[in-house]
Amino acid sequence: MEFNAPALEYGALAPMLVIFTAAIIAVIVEAFVSAKLRAPLQLAISLGAVVLSFAQVLRLRGTQSATAAVNSVIVDGPVLFMQGTTLLLAFFAFLLIADFDAFAAQASAIPGSTEERAALQTGKVQTEVYPLTLFAVGGMMLFPAANDLITLFVALEVLSLPLYLMAGLSRRRRLLSQEAALKYFLLGAYSSAFFLFGAAFLYGFAGDVSLNGIRTAISSGGNDAFLLVGMISLSVGLLFKVGAAPFHAWTPDVYQGAPTPVTAFMAAATKVAAFGAALRIFYVALGGAVWSWKPVITAIAILTMLVGSIIAIAQRDVKRMLAYSSIAHAGFLLTGILALNQEGLKASLFYLASYGFTTLGAFALITLVRDSSGEVTDLNRWVGLAKRSPAVALIFATFLLSFAGIPLTAGFIGKFTIFTAAYDSGNIAVVVAGVLSSAIAAFFYIRVIVMMFFSDPEEDTVTVTIPSLNTNLTIWVAAIVTIALGVFPTPILDAVASLATFVR
Amino acid sequence: MNLLTSMGALPLLGSLLIAFLPAANSKLIKQVALAISLLVAGVGISAALAFDTAKSGFQYVERYSWIPSLGINYQLGVDGISLILILLSVILVPIVIVAGWNESENGRFSVKTFYILMLILETMMIGVFAATDVFLFYIFFEAMLVPVYFLIGGYGTEARQAAAVKFLLYSLFGGLLMLASIIGIFVISGNQGGRSFDIGVLSTLTIDSTTQNFLFLGFFIAFAIKAPLWPMHTWLPDAAKSATPGTSVLLLGVLDKVGTFGMIRYCVELFPEASKTFTPIIITLSVISILYGAFLAIGQKDIKGLIAFTSISHFGFITMGIFAMTSQGNSGATLYMLNHGFSTAALFLTAGWMMSRRGSSTIAEFGGLQRVTPLLAWSFFIAGMSSLALPGLSSFVSEFLVLVGTYTRYPVAAIIATFGIVLAALYILIPVQKALHGPTTPGNENLPDLNKREIVAIAPVIAVIIALGFYPKPALDIINPAAQATIEKAGFTDPAPLVGGDK
Repeated sequence: MEFNAPALEYGALAPMLVIFTAAIIAVIVEAFVSAKLRAPLQLAISLGAVVLSFAQVLRLRGTQSATAAVNSVIVDGPVLFMQGTTLLLAFFAFLLIADFDAFAAQASAIPGSTEERAALQTGKVQTEVYPLTLFAVGGMMLFPAANDLITLFVALEVLSLPLYLMAGLSRRRRLLSQEAALKYFLLGAYSSAFFLFGAAFLYGFAGDVSLNGIRTAISSGGNDAFLLVGMISLSVGLLFKVGAAPFHAWTPDVYQGAPTPVTAFMAAATKVAAFGAALRIFYVALGGAVWSWKPVITAIAILTMLVGSIIAIAQRDVKRMLAYSSIAHAGFLLTGILALNQEGLKASLFYLASYGFTTLGAFALITLVRDSSGEVTDLNRWVGLAKRSPAVALIFATFLLSFAGIPLTAGFIGKFTIFTAAYDSGNIAVVVAGVLSSAIAAFFYIRVIVMMFFSDPEEDTVTVTIPSLNTNLTIWVAAIVTIALGVFPTPILDAVASLATFVR
Repeated sequence: MNLLTSMGALPLLGSLLIAFLPAANSKLIKQVALAISLLVAGVGISAALAFDTAKSGFQYVERYSWIPSLGINYQLGVDGISLILILLSVILVPIVIVAGWNESENGRFSVKTFYILMLILETMMIGVFAATDVFLFYIFFEAMLVPVYFLIGGYGTEARQAAAVKFLLYSLFGGLLMLASIIGIFVISGNQGGRSFDIGVLSTLTIDSTTQNFLFLGFFIAFAIKAPLWPMHTWLPDAAKSATPGTSVLLLGVLDKVGTFGMIRYCVELFPEASKTFTPIIITLSVISILYGAFLAIGQKDIKGLIAFTSISHFGFITMGIFAMTSQGNSGATLYMLNHGFSTAALFLTAGWMMSRRGSSTIAEFGGLQRVTPLLAWSFFIAGMSSLALPGLSSFVSEFLVLVGTYTRYPVAAIIATFGIVLAALYILIPVQKALHGPTTPGNENLPDLNKREIVAIAPVIAVIIALGFYPKPALDIINPAAQATIEKAGFTDPAPLVGGDK
């Protein structure tokens, strides 16, 4: 047997290669560079890699290749759009991470131990969060580009494993953070198992792990039991990642426990990657079996919207509230998958980009509201925020209105396009459910606005810190994107329209 | 000439200007706000004078592509119906500013914020009536909620926050249902020759009747909440009781008209067949609203609650006139919107002055005002008479037209609705008797009468009420062609009047 070296199109893979190379360099830096130099160097490497990688994405625009890495990786419009979005989100996430205040000085030290205190006092902080984030970004870029189930699984793990660790890095309330990390890890491992199980059955059905092979096998028919079991298990794995009900239970705990910059990154970028992969799987591989999965996914979409919107009402913690809101948004995004038309793909891409920025901004803003022991996420203590810092309250209100889908914000255009796609595909039930759950969701978004603007502060221990340049930049960019995409979405809509074709 | 855009942009620019004024100088802020609103009113009146009443289509049309990939245009234009409502809005704003000169003082937010919100609201009001692109309309319809919400929640009386939230949630709920319908009709237009939001294009679509019924309901429920029609009215009394008198004038006088305006422009014109299907139900709801509002108004002890419930009764008349599907009914309904705007303004403003003088809103507390403050009492009296449609005052003409227009098609409903007039006499005359003519309630002896500013504010309103009562022709000239066109577009013809006894 002859062994042929795989033909790799390094040019087409460049965006990911840059990020993975930087991640490896960052690991080495973490091991060998002195503690003082580490943090600035890591930040420089990370930002540099993101910028370089983004430049590669721009260079590749218009490229369509199914053979970038021996049929395993695809480079096409949706992939590049999602990679670009992920990189932009990552850029600002790194800026948030750079305000190192949220992270444990030594994640390996036992909470409350002398090592921990010593590390805090001497300022000898570990900065492993940078390489971890870089690996996660790399995985997120590979996930929507993967063209076979094995690559999908590898990408899924590459993006997930660093996230599990990052969720446990919080400096304050470390036990809560570690609990969140463990929970995330266990449930994540569980869902990975489901994913793999499904992949195995789909291989059994199609005799092929590539998405194209599965598509051909579906159109030519085969053992339907294998197909169904495979689709169900694979979907469970994916739905877990996107945080759809009833697989959403990890979301609020992890969002709450993780350091807020990590939550921001995770909430914004993981959605992009996971939905990117889900869109490709359902559109390309499983499109032919639409009648088998459509009823189930419709039910899940409706359930997800309702669960997210209704349970969010009862939340008293702003991070948990946004977690449930993200669940509701996962439901809206599922309608884009259900549409199964080009309209749906375009709408999903736009929605992911706009939602990503708004989410990033909202979590970045949460880092500013503090008392002496750190961030204050209890909503009751946000009461009267507008009185003390009107600008912060106003920007947060803008993000909330965008989440609620009020016109002239990005969220509205996203909702409008995605529901239009769903209606176009004849799935009117999902549109009605979406509209009704938007009405429910409006209630808790508005309640927060009422709290901030119309109630008097009861205690004065909560302060709004003056944001660092990094955080400030992130918040402003997010706010401007949120408004700009709502008022003048044409450039992005046009870009999305020109990119929204899956290469098979 | 982009007349409508200029008129709409003026208040917005004005609010920007106010944002840069020093917050401490509240007098300057008020003066600037007033000057801007007067300027806008001037533009509005000149637009009305230059309006060609012989044409029935849209005039002052503007059209620019906004989001081409979604077929969304920035598209404005007015016909008689929308022009009248814009005119109402731009005239009421300066009056409200003069009348409520001090009502922004004790709010949660600053005086400056009040006038910024007020002027932004004016832009939205002009936009919502002038938009001829459904998407643009929706944006104004929803965006309008934000300034109103802050105006109610920031400057009203005790329960203002709850009222503001209730208002917002009701409206958002309706708006989202409408959004579903807008998406529906947008997709249908895409299947019939290109996606569009242009109401001219949308009204030519052929939609099967089931779909049409659902789409109609999405729009109608949104508008019925806004208007408000029984049983979707419960937010209105709360909001009206909590808001400042000036905000209430704009809320009941103009914003609620967006609902009835929407019924004409969107429900009837876009879904004529579904309108026909639902007409019996809607007429029934209207009659219930007329009587229910009137009965509850009679029982009110609070003067703001009284005005709110009379409005619910009046909106019943307007809705009935619209869905009677006759040109008289439609003209009457539109004229009713105009007249109701002015008579409600007069009622709310005078009631507001009574309340601020007495420090109470209970009707029984105002005894004897006729002797103590004759001007104030007379103003309230005339406003009340207009509200009960006394012949010679403006509301009479419109109520008469609505009833005549309805009678030719739905005689039973028209006859029952006539009882609403009798009840109106009760709900107006009882408080007039209690509040104005009764024995002077202790503590009222030294209340001051209207000052010059208040006279300046109320005089034009009363002048309009009387003028349109005797000579409604100018308004009807503007309205009639548009009303006629609406009925024709919906595929109705007026029933021939039955003359003589031989059938």
